[in-house]
Amino acid sequence: METAAFYIFAAIAVIASLFVVGQRNPMYSVMLLITSFGALAGLYVLLDAPFTAVTQIIIYAGAIMVLFLFVVMLLNVPREEPAPSVAAGLLGPTGLKIGAVLSGLLAIEMVWALSRLPSRYFNPDQAGQVSDVRNIGQVLFTQHAFAFEATSVLILVAMVGAVVVARKEH
Amino acid sequence: MTAWLVEWLRYLVTPLTVHGALIFIIFNLLVLSAAFMVWMERKVCAYIQDRLGPNRVGYAGWKQPFADVIKLLTKEELRPKAADAVLFAIAPIISAGTAFAAFSVVPFGTSTTLWGFLPEPVPLEITDVNVAVLVIFAITSMGVYGIVLAGWASNSKYSLLGGLRSSAQMISYELSYGLALAAVIMMAGSLSLREIVLSQSGYWFGFIPKWYLWPQLFGFFIYMCAGVAETNRAPFDFPEAEQELVAGYHTEYSSMSFAMFFLAEYVNMVTVSAVATSLYLGGWLGPFLPDWLDWIWFMVKVLALLFFYVWMRWTLPRYRYDQLMEFGWKWLLPAAVLNLLYTAALVLWLQG
Repeated sequence: METAAFYIFAAIAVIASLFVVGQRNPMYSVMLLITSFGALAGLYVLLDAPFTAVTQIIIYAGAIMVLFLFVVMLLNVPREEPAPSVAAGLLGPTGLKIGAVLSGLLAIEMVWALSRLPSRYFNPDQAGQVSDVRNIGQVLFTQHAFAFEATSVLILVAMVGAVVVARKEH
Repeated sequence: MTAWLVEWLRYLVTPLTVHGALIFIIFNLLVLSAAFMVWMERKVCAYIQDRLGPNRVGYAGWKQPFADVIKLLTKEELRPKAADAVLFAIAPIISAGTAFAAFSVVPFGTSTTLWGFLPEPVPLEITDVNVAVLVIFAITSMGVYGIVLAGWASNSKYSLLGGLRSSAQMISYELSYGLALAAVIMMAGSLSLREIVLSQSGYWFGFIPKWYLWPQLFGFFIYMCAGVAETNRAPFDFPEAEQELVAGYHTEYSSMSFAMFFLAEYVNMVTVSAVATSLYLGGWLGPFLPDWLDWIWFMVKVLALLFFYVWMRWTLPRYRYDQLMEFGWKWLLPAAVLNLLYTAALVLWLQG
């Protein structure tokens, strides 16, 4: 049952993510990304981490994607130009070549990082404890207090920056 | 004869069927409560405006919502030529789906065995998640997509403006909503709605119930303001402001897909009231009634809040859009933050 659920959620996440990139209508891309986030939340539930799942939905699917949608709607980008074929991309302009190189590097990095993860992190018995709201709060405000505060200042700076950029000159 | 029937029915009692039956019952109760709300709204608004309201179908017009549903079902489904077919179709589904899904973690009574019919007591809620409050918050925050997509997919200027307004409004009021919830969570020390309700049992001085309404009076006010804004009801009904936007995001909808938005709005109102009842008014707790009838208290409290909703709609005029944003960001949000600080101090003081 759980294995079947895992494969269903994983398949939805992967297929939706692929279509996000393959889609020409930005509105559909946004919706598919939300679908992918929902499937990821399902995976978190299967990992016995309901708090992580719910925060995933609230923050990513609920807050950030609404902003994305807002921007897409305001700009009203009807449709992107069809992308040239893969072969043309590799031989095409420099920007595309750099993109291809970077995505190749990213794939290599991912494989490298995953292969070096020690297996002791995957202890299923600890999953419930780690995702407990009380524990997360405790760790966040004691052990990682500095990183937490630094992140909040960073977000504040980004907000002020956005206001300055968006403000009309008088 | 009946004994034989009961024996036969017992064979059907498995966790799966019991759960299925519970979901079926709650789903239908929500649909019925939406129908009842439509009737109540029309009746109350009629009395407020010194009219009679619906009175042709059934006693005092109580069959009116059912007649309306039949009318809507038999109407033609129209779609504008320039509309985005896929998103136009799924927008009402998202709206109604999220509205119903949010109720799945709301408890409305202790438990029942149906007079000994069931082998073990079944708690009166679909599921008890230990992060229930956050689940409700997450699902209601998904509800905005139904409105935004409807506005965009209709490809009409009124719809688009309604969709844009609703997304801006819901983002703004979600913050105050979440902070009001956080204050109650701090007092109860739990995210489960059932535990929050149970932590409100008992009386002060023997007669004042220990509801969170009293220590959280401002929190309750903030929650109700944000809740009215989240459900797009007057005086915050900008996404469908008739005088400015025809009907806002559902201008282009007809037949059942229009009815689904309507249904979603009323079910959302029921959910917001039910959550307010659990968080601030002690849920199903109340005097006089035996344990197995405690859901009546829950219904009475929810009904009172729903009446308040309708009363407010027909009493207060709509805000102006800049006033709405100003109220949300400059008054409600600071008030919610102050309420959170005050609650933190209160909790620390109570713990000694």
